[in-house]
Amino acid sequence: MAEDFTSSQPIYLQLVERLCKQIVRGDLSPGEKMPSLRDMAIQVGVNPNTVQRVYTELERIAVAETRRGQGTFVTSDESRLLRLREELMVSYVTAFLNDMREMGFTLQEVMRSLKEHQAQGLPNDER
Amino acid sequence: METTIVSFQNVSKRYHLKDAVQGLSFDLPAGKIIGFIGPNGSGKTTTLKLMTGLLRPTSGRVLFQHSRVRRIMAEHMAFLSDTGAVYGFYTVRQMVNYYAGVYREFNLDKAGAMLEFMQLDGGQHVRTLSKGQEGRLKIVLAVSRQAPLIVMDEPLSGLDPLVRQSILTGLISYIDLDAQTVVLSTHEVDEVEPILDMAVLLDHGEVRAMDSTDRIRETMGGSLLEWMKQALV
Repeated sequence: MAEDFTSSQPIYLQLVERLCKQIVRGDLSPGEKMPSLRDMAIQVGVNPNTVQRVYTELERIAVAETRRGQGTFVTSDESRLLRLREELMVSYVTAFLNDMREMGFTLQEVMRSLKEHQAQGLPNDER
Repeated sequence: METTIVSFQNVSKRYHLKDAVQGLSFDLPAGKIIGFIGPNGSGKTTTLKLMTGLLRPTSGRVLFQHSRVRRIMAEHMAFLSDTGAVYGFYTVRQMVNYYAGVYREFNLDKAGAMLEFMQLDGGQHVRTLSKGQEGRLKIVLAVSRQAPLIVMDEPLSGLDPLVRQSILTGLISYIDLDAQTVVLSTHEVDEVEPILDMAVLLDHGEVRAMDSTDRIRETMGGSLLEWMKQALV
């Protein structure tokens, strides 16, 4: 069952992030019903209480909504999902730049490397 | 607000002249999966036996749903011990029926579904089960009881990784946390952490630390195992 979790962050937060990525990638579509607490718990190998906390957090950031007696759904608010996409990018780019700075790279060097990548196309860029 | 299902109030247990546990005080919330962790000889088994009334405290009080624990409360608790509990001369099916006869709240439908999930053959004799199959059968017997408290002493010990995973998945699949609380002791801290709501760390018969597993990671930025190592230094 269990996919692995890193040791540094609460498991529920890692799951929130994992689900946000799935939504941004389109593995979970806008308005789609999420698995029940127990199904999700079994799928990822955690306690159903933890999944409850994950769904509550997704609701708090307006990425999902729970309808009484029906379950939890991915929001169908497209503008929220566009913002989520942006937020994920900003957070990953910020983390990446912090790593680069720690290793002593300047922003110019990073930009140069990024441009080289742009010239070659992203490794998995299908467009 | 959380309801308390088990409460230890300054509980000590002395065997002859040696304290097995001393001054244990804690409240366990209902509807959670709670892990007792700690080195060998830290008092885990004694604590679980005190909780289920299999041992009487030398001093202090153990409360279950606000009344003192007595042996007669066994019908409200399922205790899965490290040893024993199944009879070799029965088949798996007979063993399940035996439990259904002893415990009125035993859920035969659930037991049937769990046997299938655990890939156990009802016609097989218990004495011919492998260690892993016996471990899975014990989980079926404990979890199929509709008891509000399920206590498991080292349910994973001595079992291979695949069996351990099937036991953990079986537990998540069939436990009803709206009505049941699970308390288990374990050495497999890393493996069990994802299914725990809360951990209690015992050392030399005392509670060293207890907290929700989320908060442990939030505050120390490390896993339960790292928390345990740090607290025991």
